[in-house]
Amino acid sequence: MSVRVQTEDFDIRAEIDVLTQDRADIGAVVTFTGLVRDLAGGEPISAMELEHYPGMTEKALAEIEAEANARWPLQGTAIIHRYGKLSPGDRIVLVIAASAHRQAAFEGAAFLMDFLKTRAPFWKKEETPEGGRWVDARCEDDAAAERWRKS
Amino acid sequence: MKVLYFAWLRERVGAGSEDVDASGASTVAELIETLKARDPRYAAAFADLAAIRVALDQEQADLEAPIAGVREVAFFPPVTGG
Repeated sequence: MSVRVQTEDFDIRAEIDVLTQDRADIGAVVTFTGLVRDLAGGEPISAMELEHYPGMTEKALAEIEAEANARWPLQGTAIIHRYGKLSPGDRIVLVIAASAHRQAAFEGAAFLMDFLKTRAPFWKKEETPEGGRWVDARCEDDAAAERWRKS
Repeated sequence: MKVLYFAWLRERVGAGSEDVDASGASTVAELIETLKARDPRYAAAFADLAAIRVALDQEQADLEAPIAGVREVAFFPPVTGG
């Protein structure tokens, strides 16, 4: 399990290698990468500034990761989230879930992303031609996290 | 106690962090009232409580949560990472 919050870019292949090297019990690795788009709500975006809550961010991500590992038989997980100023096309976030079989890896990765989006203290500000604009939370994201609630 | 503000709350308050004497406030909601009475900037920042989330010592809490013994209170809008 690993959680990193950083300004630097990440190398997806290198991060997969860290999880899988010297072991042969992993049969499936699912990665999700989030990128900055150049359009939001029909408006062009020239840059994005990501702010976070140092301390709480790492704690929240570690809790989300621990919960994923408790719910699925995962052999390895990683979450990397960038902050600071990013440009369209830049990578923002990476989650990796590794397991013996694909279903746990797919579901684990989706769970990590859904909970990250609703629980990790990050905020995005987009630069538009009209100036800076804080991104509003989306109710679709709440609904996506809600579907993992145990009945 | 230490009070932190993030995103547009930080911009409206005009500070990311400050020490606040919260004696007299027993819940988050009462702390917000104390702050709003101090300066119009806080009244503007906390005008819409539905848009405000709070963490007590880095754990999400609700506005009715007690703040006795809490060292760090953070106010922020709903999160938008990922």
